[in-house]
Amino acid sequence: MIHRYVIVGAGPAGVIAAETLRTTDPDADITLIGDEPERPYSRMAIPYLLIEKIGEEGTHLRKGNDHYDSKGIRVLRDRVEKVDAKTKRLTLKSGGAMDYDKLLVCTGSRAVRPPVPGFDLPGVHTCWTLEDARNIARLAEKGAKVVLVGAGFVGCIVLEALALRGVDLTVLEMGDRMVPRMMSPIAGGLIKSWCEKKGVRVITSTRVTGITENGGLMNKLVNTLTGKPTRALKVTLNTGETLDADLVVSAAGVAPNIEFLQGCGLEIERGILIDHYMQTNVPDIYAAGDVAQGRDFSTGGLEVHAIQPTASEHGRTAGLNMAGVPTYYRGSFNMNVLDTLGLISSSFGLWMGVEGGDRVEMCEPDRFRYLQLQFDGDIMVGATSLGLTQHVGVLRGLIQGKVPLGPWKAKLMDDPTRIMEAYLACNFAARVAPKAA
Amino acid sequence: MQRSLYIDPQKCTGCLQCEMACSYENEQAFNPSKSRIKVFAFHEEGRFVPYTCTQCAEAWCLHACPVEAITKNPATGAMEVNEKTCVGCKVCTIACPFGTVNYNTATGKVIKCDLCQGDPACAKACPTGAITYVDSSWTGLDKMRAWAAKANTAA
Repeated sequence: MIHRYVIVGAGPAGVIAAETLRTTDPDADITLIGDEPERPYSRMAIPYLLIEKIGEEGTHLRKGNDHYDSKGIRVLRDRVEKVDAKTKRLTLKSGGAMDYDKLLVCTGSRAVRPPVPGFDLPGVHTCWTLEDARNIARLAEKGAKVVLVGAGFVGCIVLEALALRGVDLTVLEMGDRMVPRMMSPIAGGLIKSWCEKKGVRVITSTRVTGITENGGLMNKLVNTLTGKPTRALKVTLNTGETLDADLVVSAAGVAPNIEFLQGCGLEIERGILIDHYMQTNVPDIYAAGDVAQGRDFSTGGLEVHAIQPTASEHGRTAGLNMAGVPTYYRGSFNMNVLDTLGLISSSFGLWMGVEGGDRVEMCEPDRFRYLQLQFDGDIMVGATSLGLTQHVGVLRGLIQGKVPLGPWKAKLMDDPTRIMEAYLACNFAARVAPKAA
Repeated sequence: MQRSLYIDPQKCTGCLQCEMACSYENEQAFNPSKSRIKVFAFHEEGRFVPYTCTQCAEAWCLHACPVEAITKNPATGAMEVNEKTCVGCKVCTIACPFGTVNYNTATGKVIKCDLCQGDPACAKACPTGAITYVDSSWTGLDKMRAWAAKANTAA
């Protein structure tokens, strides 16, 4: 019997699942459905497209033109409107229907705009899709006044791209610091002062109360007479201040794409709940990537980890399980790395620490260097760093490997930069130990 | 025959010639900070441990890359970074639990050991035989892979 696998969502989780299915079940019928008019691409690459480090083809998840054909993966540009889990049938926007034996939902999330008047005006764009990137590239010309709303992880990635395009940039963040969900107060504050030093205006603890068009004829006339350019938009803040802008970029959050699943009986919280095998509560429906709320390695709870490595691991694990190779997934590991105009920051696991745990924090504000390690007993459970580019991955190794640090915990409390030595000494103990006499 | 770097820390004297050779071979500069192999010093014990990528089977870096810039060289078994395709997002640098993929701020790309296309400069430069390039079955590669598996979430 030939199995029919349908994958809804053509991001990294979907593409990796399709490839895994092909390798594991060579005869299977595999369909990958995406609703954007592009070849499967990586949203993560968009900032690099905006600074013209790559062209659009550089964002594609797979480079070979015949990659999907050669693997017998049918890529369908369509949108699934409805899923009937009882008859195992999908309704497509194009009008057709499609039956599946096993379904993988990896539809990710979409950018949502704040419920504030004016966010639907032309000139206000989210930065999520390739189409968004084209719109932003058109308006974010050198010297343009740009207001970026949101300095979370996505906002900060966009920030760097916009600043490098040479725009006059102001960033607004509701939280008290930049990347509040990834960085400790000190680190978030250092990123803010770094960006300010680079010429970006950063306003924290502030929100937008409205955006209006600057269009009045009188306004344009006055500007023409005085030789000032007319900015398309006026952004009003809760402090009363107003900012003129040619472009407003909204990076104020995302929501999972789950509407088409109504009536399937799927358990959904912040994402679709999945078990250690990527399976949902509904038979033969699996979920992966940003749309899934799966096991968190650090807490054991169910979390949405909207990061590339999780999408990749989910996709591979889902593919194996769908193809009948039971594969247990220990849980995704929360981590992130960010580059804000040359200042590189990263966070791992429970960077905010655990109750009763120990913490060491090293800070050299003048050099924008910072390292914070969190411990539970003699096991490292989380970390935050600024300005660290060498061997940074070993923080993952120490945390996810649950390496008992023994005497090295005290050494790290004394000098947290010795993470690599700690890792080597604890993991390769036999090799580092003195030679027997 | 697949070959691997075999590192015997007990033979290392900490002379750092491997770092010089690596940076010269790959970055055309004698600059240990750009080396893909690093010698870590344990001064309390008077020991040195050379350390670089084991080209692990899990290939965390390869799987984490969003733009297919890291691929496996079928001839050497090394995971190689394609400089042209790499966008410099650094996700591989946090995904590698061994800490052996590093970001090069000068180029805006990542660097990692690629076994010098099968002729590793570090092994040639090592004067004490602490770094050798040998048949994989000799290196205890399985043992190293077992370490990799300890951190493997998809075990």
